[in-house]
Amino acid sequence: MWAYWQSVPAHWREIPARYRLEGGECQDCGYRMIPREDICPKCGSRNVKPINLPRKGNVVNYTVIWNAPRGYEYYTPYVIAIIELEDGTRLTAQLTDVEPSDVKEGMEVEMVLRKTRVSGESGLIAYSYKFRPLIK
Amino acid sequence: MVYIVGVGLTPVGNHWSKSLRHLAVEASVKALEDYGKDVDYVVVSNMLSGVINGQENLGSYVVSHLGKIGTPAIKVEAAGASGAAASVVAQGLISSGMAERVLVVGVEKMTDYTSLEDTTSALSTAIDSEYEGFPGGTLDAMHALVMREYMKKYGVNREDFSYFPLLMHKNAVDTPHAQLRFKLKPESYMRSPMIAEPITLLDLAPVSDGAAAIVLSKEPDGPNGNAEILSVGHATDTIAIYRRESLTEMPAIRAAFSEALERANIERGSIDLYNIHDYSSVLGYITTEELGLAERGKAPELFKNGGADRDGPTPVNPEGGLKARGNPVGATGVYQIAEAFLQVTGRAEGAQVEGAKTALTLSAGGLASNVIIHLIRGV
Repeated sequence: MWAYWQSVPAHWREIPARYRLEGGECQDCGYRMIPREDICPKCGSRNVKPINLPRKGNVVNYTVIWNAPRGYEYYTPYVIAIIELEDGTRLTAQLTDVEPSDVKEGMEVEMVLRKTRVSGESGLIAYSYKFRPLIK
Repeated sequence: MVYIVGVGLTPVGNHWSKSLRHLAVEASVKALEDYGKDVDYVVVSNMLSGVINGQENLGSYVVSHLGKIGTPAIKVEAAGASGAAASVVAQGLISSGMAERVLVVGVEKMTDYTSLEDTTSALSTAIDSEYEGFPGGTLDAMHALVMREYMKKYGVNREDFSYFPLLMHKNAVDTPHAQLRFKLKPESYMRSPMIAEPITLLDLAPVSDGAAAIVLSKEPDGPNGNAEILSVGHATDTIAIYRRESLTEMPAIRAAFSEALERANIERGSIDLYNIHDYSSVLGYITTEELGLAERGKAPELFKNGGADRDGPTPVNPEGGLKARGNPVGATGVYQIAEAFLQVTGRAEGAQVEGAKTALTLSAGGLASNVIIHLIRGV
């Protein structure tokens, strides 16, 4: 349980990425990433600037989780997906507002802010991005 | 040159009556008795003691309980590759002259977490906990993404994945220290409960306790058999899989394998058996493909047609692998090297591959994000 017990500062410092998809863009090779790294994983440049990533994308790959880790039982079964955003940046996210059986590869999705993890009765309630089917 | 000169194993399983210290001491004493001499360094391998058992500082912890207070000791961690990493560090100590004989002991005590949720949380510290774990991802889920990609790319179905656990269970029946010593029926596999679609319980290694120990020495001076560590190949991949170019290729395995072959200066054909890290059926398949035992997408046929059997052309996991020997994570790498050592010295009891002289072990941390290959030859 210690592994998933979130402290306030541990969540707080990730807020730019978790609340508004702030990632990084390498100023030398153009590679985009989330979270932002100090060093570009592609070319090794240290010139990586913050950038707000697009909030729409599509599902590249997904799995339905029946055996959840501690703190996520409430959502079971839930979908963990690899999302490719409109600019090609990929991330791992939980899907929401959708039945697992309705999820398809290529499905268009958009980011929403949702409750993600509750660290026990007296612990932090952490919010972050999830993705739901695109409302057109 | 570094040699393996002694070995000691505890059975892998649910050791309700034994703590981390009992397991570590039991395996260590067996290995030291097998070797018959003392060591001047102890390297412990473990992944989860801090999370599950609330115990770190395992170097001091193990020597304190082993009656070797004063002997220098450290712990090494690389998730599922911890045991192989401990061997790498021990070889470095010997090659550099820091030590002459090193006890490498891997230990893991997983069953002190009695719920699957907590065990899943603990194991998932091997993936990117802030950006894969936090959204609700697990280590098993990452393997599931790989399995779905594999099924889609090569047009294989769930039944094709049954051949892997079927062989592992069959092999484990003959392995005295294995955890799951029973044969698996194909229909049991097809009925197996879902963990993370399309991964089921029987695609995954079990939760295990266990400890394994080997003694490394700069001389082949073991009384019961000696093996030379011909080479080590070691490579890494990105910890978060959403940043990978491909999910069905594991470039770290390729890199570690070619490095190991080059350093040992041997042909791949001279490898008599492969002891690989099969946390999931699909990882087992992709690993055999990356090692050149099967074409891409053809690993299911290798396992279906007997190519990976103990008496087949390229035996894979003759002891049953993680799937059926068990996976006490931080100790697993030491079990693998210990099993290879027993094989190439002709002491593998029921699991013996006839005439085996050279063995490969491959340990993987996370989702093959840290891959260590050993090539081991009996002398």
